[in-house]
Amino acid sequence: MPITEADIEKIAQLAHLEITREELRVFAPQIADIITYVEQLNEVDTTNVEPMLGGLTPEGELTDSARDDIVEPSLGQKIALEEAPDAVAGHFRVPKVL
Amino acid sequence: MTRSIASQKDQILTGDTTARAVVESSVAAAERLNDTLNAFLEIDRPGAIRRAEEIDQRLKTSDDTLALAGVPIAVKDNICVRGFQASCGSKILGDYHPPYDATVIERLVNAGAVIIGKTNCDEFAMGSSNENSAFGVVKNPWDTTRVPGGSSGGSAAAVAAGIVPVALGSETGGSVRQPASLSGVIGLKPTYGRNSRYGLVAFASSLDQVGIFGRNVPDVAAVLGVVAGRDRHDATTADVPVPDYRAGLDTDIKGMRLGFPQALFGEGLDADVRASVDAATDAYRELGAEIVDVELPHAKYSIAVYYIIATAEASSNLARYDGVRYGFRAEDAPELRQMYKKTRDEGFGPEVKRRIMLGTYVLSAGYYEAYYRKAQQVRALIREDLRQAFTACDAIVTPTSPTPAFLFGEKVNNPLEMYLSDIYTVTANLAGIPGLSVPCGLSSEGLPIGMQLLGPYWSEPTLLNLAHAYLKARPFTARPQVFA
Repeated sequence: MPITEADIEKIAQLAHLEITREELRVFAPQIADIITYVEQLNEVDTTNVEPMLGGLTPEGELTDSARDDIVEPSLGQKIALEEAPDAVAGHFRVPKVL
Repeated sequence: MTRSIASQKDQILTGDTTARAVVESSVAAAERLNDTLNAFLEIDRPGAIRRAEEIDQRLKTSDDTLALAGVPIAVKDNICVRGFQASCGSKILGDYHPPYDATVIERLVNAGAVIIGKTNCDEFAMGSSNENSAFGVVKNPWDTTRVPGGSSGGSAAAVAAGIVPVALGSETGGSVRQPASLSGVIGLKPTYGRNSRYGLVAFASSLDQVGIFGRNVPDVAAVLGVVAGRDRHDATTADVPVPDYRAGLDTDIKGMRLGFPQALFGEGLDADVRASVDAATDAYRELGAEIVDVELPHAKYSIAVYYIIATAEASSNLARYDGVRYGFRAEDAPELRQMYKKTRDEGFGPEVKRRIMLGTYVLSAGYYEAYYRKAQQVRALIREDLRQAFTACDAIVTPTSPTPAFLFGEKVNNPLEMYLSDIYTVTANLAGIPGLSVPCGLSSEGLPIGMQLLGPYWSEPTLLNLAHAYLKARPFTARPQVFA
C-alpha cells in the first residue's frame, strides 16, 4: 500500500512531531521506500508461526524477576526534579492544558 | 596505552606505575586527539585523576587486587554515569545529568576501573556512521575522511586510537560490532540478558544490549566478566552463572566446527572484505577447525524485520522525551500539546524522526497485523534457522560489515542503503545470540576489515576462544594514522 504525504502528516500528529513542508517532501519518499522494502516479508509463509515476543532466551524466560512487594528507598522528590526544565514547589510545571 | 589490562595491573600492583599515571596519560590522549576525532563529548580530567588516586590509595592500604584496577574506560553517551552528562548524541537530552549509575558502570567502578569520559554516538544509537550525532561526526582514526561506523563510533574510535584500552558501547542492530569492524578493533555483543540494561537509555528494549570494545581478547573477556550477570534492576537479565571468561581463551580449537553460510557471501559484499574473511576461514582450517556449510534461509529478511521491530519499540520508548521531566524544552509554546510538538521537533534530528514515524506507522490501527506481527513471526523463523544451524556447528563465520569504512556523506541521503550496512549484524540482535567482530585484515586502501563470529546463547567463552586463537595465529598489528 503506497504511503502518501497525508499519511505521513497523520503519523507525525500521532507521534507528537511537528513536520515542516520541506521535511515532508524529504521524508515521504524515504519512508515509502522503506515500507516497500519491508513489505518483502509478505513473501514469507508464516502460517502457524508463533510470533517471537521480546528477546528473552529460554534461561531468561525461566528467571524469576519478582520480588517481595516492599517499599525500597528511591531517588526522592528533590533529586527527581533536579533535571526538570521547569520545576516549582515539588512539581513539574507545564504550559496550560487547553 | 598498548599494554593489556592484565599486564598493566601487574605493573600497578608491583609499583612500576600508578593508576594515576595510567589514567592521566589516557585523559591527555583523549584531550589531545579530540580536535581530530571528536570521539568524546565529555572528558572529566579532575574527576578521573581523583578517582585514580583513590584506587592507588586503596591498593596501598588493602589487599584488594581489583580486577580492573586503574583501567581507564570510555563510555558511550547513552549509558548513565553519575556526575557525567548523558546526551545520547541528541539535542533533546542536551546536558542531562543522570542522578544514578547504570549497573554496568557500578560494577566497573567497584572493580577499580576509572571512567574518563563519555563518547559521541549517533542520536539515540540510531545510525551506522555516527553522522546522526547532534554534536558532530566522529572521524575514523584510520582515515579521517571516513566514518568510524555507528552507532557507538566514539567508543570504537577511542579504542582504535589507543586512548583507552576498552570502552563500552551499546547494540541494537550491530552498533558495537559494525564500528569495531570499520575501526579495526574487537567488538562484542553479548547474549540478550547477559548484561544489565539498567541505566542504558532505551532504544528498542527487546534488542538492546551493552557491548564491549577492546584491542585484545583478554581485555574484552576481563571487562565482560566484571559487568555480566543478573541484576535485580533489569528483569530481562538472566540467572545464568558468569564464568571466568579469561580461563578458556587458550583452549585448542582443533575439532571445532565453524559454520559458513555461503548464501550470505553474495551481492553487495566488497571483494576485499570477502577475500579477508575467506583467508580467515582458511586460517581456522589450519588451526584444526572444521568448516561446515550452514543455511540461514531467512537471514535475508533480517533488515526488514529489524526496521519494523526496532522502530516500533523506539516510537514507544522515545515518547518519554516531551520537555517535562528532563532535558530540553522548546520556548515560546504557551500550550501543552504545542510544547510537546515543538520540543520534539527542535530536539530530535531527522533520522530519529524518521524512525519514530516508521514505528508509529507500523503500530498504527490497521497495520499492526500486517507489519509488526508479521515481523515478529519472521523473527521467530530467523531464531529457528540459527538454532538449527548451531546443531551442526559451534559458531558461524561471516563478514561483520559488507564494506570497509565509507566516506562521510556517502549514504546520508539514502537511509535504506545505510540500513543495509547492518545486514550481517542484525540477526544476532533479533535472535538474542552473542556476536563478536575481530579484525582480520586491511582493504587495498588500508582500511580495517572485520570478521564476525556468531554463537548460540551464552557461547561467549567459545567466541572469545575462537577470536583469541585467530589473533594469535594472525596478529592484527597495523596501526591507524591517528594513534595516541
